[in-house]
Amino acid sequence: MSASLEKGINALTQQVDSTVAAFFTSCVHCGMCAEACLFYTETGNPAATPIHKTEPLRRIWKSEYTLQGRIGKALGLTAKVDEALLSEWETLVYDNCTLCGRCSMVCPMGLDIALLIRKTREGMAAAGHAPEGLIGATTRAITIGSPMGVKLPALMAQIKHVEKDSGLKIPLDVEGAEYMLLLSSMEIMNFPEFISAIAKIFSKANVSWTISTQAFEATNSGIQIGVTDIAAELVQRIVDAAEKLKVKTVISPECGHAYMAIRWDGPNLIGKPFTFKVRHILEVLDELRKDGRLKITGKEKQRLTYHDPCQVSRRGGVIDQPRNLIDLFAENFVEMPDHGKMGWCCGAGGGVSSNERADEVRLKAFQRKKDQLDEIKPDAIISACSNCRINLEDGLEENNMEIPLLSLTETLAEHLAD
Amino acid sequence: MINDSNRDKTLGETLREQGISRRSFLKFCATTASMMALSPAMIPKIAHALENARRPSVIWLSFQECTGCTESLTRAHTTTIESLIFDFISLDYHHTLQAASGHAAEQARETAMEENYGKYLLIVDGSIPMDNPGYSTIAGISNYDMLMDTAKGAAAIVAVGTCAAYGGIPHAKPNPTGAVSVGDLIKDKPIINVPGCPPIPVVITGTLMQFLTFGSLPELDHIGRPKAFYGKSIHDRCYRRPFYDKGLFAETFDDEGAKKGWCLYKLGCKGPTTYNACATTKWNDGTSFPIEAGHPCLGCSEPDFWDGGSFYKALSMPTENITRTVIYTAAGAAAAGVALGAMNRHKKNQAVATHNRTSIDDLKK
Amino acid sequence: MSEIEFLNWVRGPGFQIAIIIFVAGVIIRFAEILLLGRKPNLAEAKGSEMRGGLCTIVSRSFPDKNTFQRSAFTEVSGWIFHGGLFITIFLFAPHILMFKDIIGFGWPALPTPVIDAMTVVTIIALLAILVHRINNRALRFISTKEDYFVWLITILPLITGYLAFHRIGMTAPTLLAIHILSVELLMVIFPFTKLMHAFTITLSRWYNGAISGYRGVES
Repeated sequence: MSASLEKGINALTQQVDSTVAAFFTSCVHCGMCAEACLFYTETGNPAATPIHKTEPLRRIWKSEYTLQGRIGKALGLTAKVDEALLSEWETLVYDNCTLCGRCSMVCPMGLDIALLIRKTREGMAAAGHAPEGLIGATTRAITIGSPMGVKLPALMAQIKHVEKDSGLKIPLDVEGAEYMLLLSSMEIMNFPEFISAIAKIFSKANVSWTISTQAFEATNSGIQIGVTDIAAELVQRIVDAAEKLKVKTVISPECGHAYMAIRWDGPNLIGKPFTFKVRHILEVLDELRKDGRLKITGKEKQRLTYHDPCQVSRRGGVIDQPRNLIDLFAENFVEMPDHGKMGWCCGAGGGVSSNERADEVRLKAFQRKKDQLDEIKPDAIISACSNCRINLEDGLEENNMEIPLLSLTETLAEHLAD
Repeated sequence: MINDSNRDKTLGETLREQGISRRSFLKFCATTASMMALSPAMIPKIAHALENARRPSVIWLSFQECTGCTESLTRAHTTTIESLIFDFISLDYHHTLQAASGHAAEQARETAMEENYGKYLLIVDGSIPMDNPGYSTIAGISNYDMLMDTAKGAAAIVAVGTCAAYGGIPHAKPNPTGAVSVGDLIKDKPIINVPGCPPIPVVITGTLMQFLTFGSLPELDHIGRPKAFYGKSIHDRCYRRPFYDKGLFAETFDDEGAKKGWCLYKLGCKGPTTYNACATTKWNDGTSFPIEAGHPCLGCSEPDFWDGGSFYKALSMPTENITRTVIYTAAGAAAAGVALGAMNRHKKNQAVATHNRTSIDDLKK
Repeated sequence: MSEIEFLNWVRGPGFQIAIIIFVAGVIIRFAEILLLGRKPNLAEAKGSEMRGGLCTIVSRSFPDKNTFQRSAFTEVSGWIFHGGLFITIFLFAPHILMFKDIIGFGWPALPTPVIDAMTVVTIIALLAILVHRINNRALRFISTKEDYFVWLITILPLITGYLAFHRIGMTAPTLLAIHILSVELLMVIFPFTKLMHAFTITLSRWYNGAISGYRGVES
């Protein structure tokens, strides 16, 4: 129990690099990021303006890393970071931001505001200003191995079910397998169909794969709460397992931030490049498609749309793959008005779903997605992130809308030719 | 020049004695009226006033000057209205023009002062050295003493030329003689500034004429110049102004633009910031003026016109060598930037060094 | 101080002081930013940082449809006043002379009436931008004193320039001197305020594009 303002300030001081400095120097307070953020557009709360959320980090940058700020600090003029500021900003940084990065795509000055908020969280967490829910999830991730408290026996039980239902063997701890599949707790507990879908597709496509019993959890609360050390520890578990099994590629499952954590942040968190590749499941499936290893039968007549998980699409670069795959089985596919890299967040990423305090604002923010859906009226929504799925289902239910949520991998598996 | 027999005659009488026709006199009055922007209805009044005016005593003091102002006034090559001025006044002292010299000359000044105390007009050209009085003396009298002494009994003072009006060239940096203008020294007398280097002859005469005609000072602008002549800038009255507005400029003194008579702004013309009547009144009997002759205006009727950098640098250009400043500054700033950058690096390294590993036990206070 | 003396000061020592602060400030600010450095990305690249960075430098000036619709005023007024500033600053003959005097070369100017009209347009755009800043909820909320101060310092040279050109209200040398002084004020505060974005926009857009480009996304 040793979080302190001093540690928070130190953490923020560590976060400043040339990108942060260039970003803050360039901001002209034009306010366009507000219009890109569903926490502003749906609530009208001006404090939810993305750039405003970065204020603690901005103050540290200004007072420690700029000439005028240093002079101002010496004269007692430059604004300081104190407890009151961090308390006030806690809900802005954690509850009112999903790190979806839409603001980063809109900012005319090119600020990666989501990155700045992500960095701000480092200071908030170190100063003891992370939300209760995220602290709990993070603690469980470290101590139990999963933010939802899913332990190995639970996974084993689900695997047993899947094996029984599908008649397929789920390979565990197979050394030298080509792919090592990670799973999110949510998939294990809520969507075990995902496991059987993978098993089905991989078995048809003759893919060598495995699940590690040592590190099967894909999610990383560390990057959501904003503690590099913890995030690195969680990544290291996967790295150790992958290296032990000598796999060629680690597969991130249908989870947005898990992909961000292992694919893009991972090597940087542990400070060395991976010896294996990391791919999102959709990337792997699209490769199989390209190689002609996916035999699809039957077309879906429903009006389908695809919800882009922010960390997979905009922040992750997996944008074309889901569309290629959907094309295989969908006859009536329709895009949302803003999609791909400009898609709107479900409202629950970036740790918001683990943070009960944010429930109210999360459901308000869902209005954006609802409006998008109202515009195209799909029969079903496909996505590639369990967290998005859960939240979309929650939001739809709240709004008395009955649109089923589908996993892309699962839907694809259903259309596999025998 | 000094003709005592004329002193008691009216101007009208004097003029007729000299064979100046009524017609040419009225023409002169009309010109004067138009110069002073008076309505044509005023012409008979001017004529009447002038005809019946007694020739006032005028004392002309020349201090640190080049005699250019006097030249301007007297060097009219034909019998012009400018020359008439000397018939209208009794120029009792002007050390360049008067025949008398030495004691006799000074005597003339003292006599005029005594006889016309409180009524004579004092004209000054040249600036007054305040650093060392020895820089400029007349008959052993410092310029300062002579000015203060002579000014006492003057009805009004006309500072002719930029030196007398604003210090002019002697006042230019670094002002070695400590030159000052008449207005800098005398605060209790009406002063009319007629600047220019030199001033346009008709501007000098016009100003004198107003004083003679109406016995009053003309309306002056904020730096003591008669508005009638200095109310508009050269730029506003310049016949090349349309080229400025269209953005057509001579780039050099001999390019196509120069030959076509385009605007001289780029060649350093100070017309936009200079108030004078050159563009309308012109010089040499209305022949031309500098811009018409293809040379940019130097801005000679403005204070400190000599200190505005090169005459050939456009108004929008900095007067000093900025390229050099930029190069030196950039070099210095690069060094300072590297030092500040190193401080930033140090700051960050320190933060990294102080960082204690954050575990799940460190998430709460 | 006479008005010509004032004019001579702003054209002489005043300009020197302003250019020293401007040049030194800009270089120092750039050094501060760049020397902080950036850790190399250890993740396997999916795209090119350079390509992404360069693309974004350009593409950020042209928003997608939704962004444009949501921020139409900001976009349009921003384009107008930046374009207006560019034209009035860089394409007015007397200004080009000033640049030529410093950097040794000039470029063709636009006809003066065009500059004159653009000045009015730019002033109107800036006034509208201020009204928008005050009226828009989010904008008003995030606006700081610096935002209003910088707005003022930006519009001043336009207004003083317009007055100086049309010689309204005061004598020409005073108007011109005030105009030049207002520009010097702008130069002095430039490196230490958000005005720096005029230079660092390329840096921050590049970083944004590079971060995305590395992940195979065109931002």
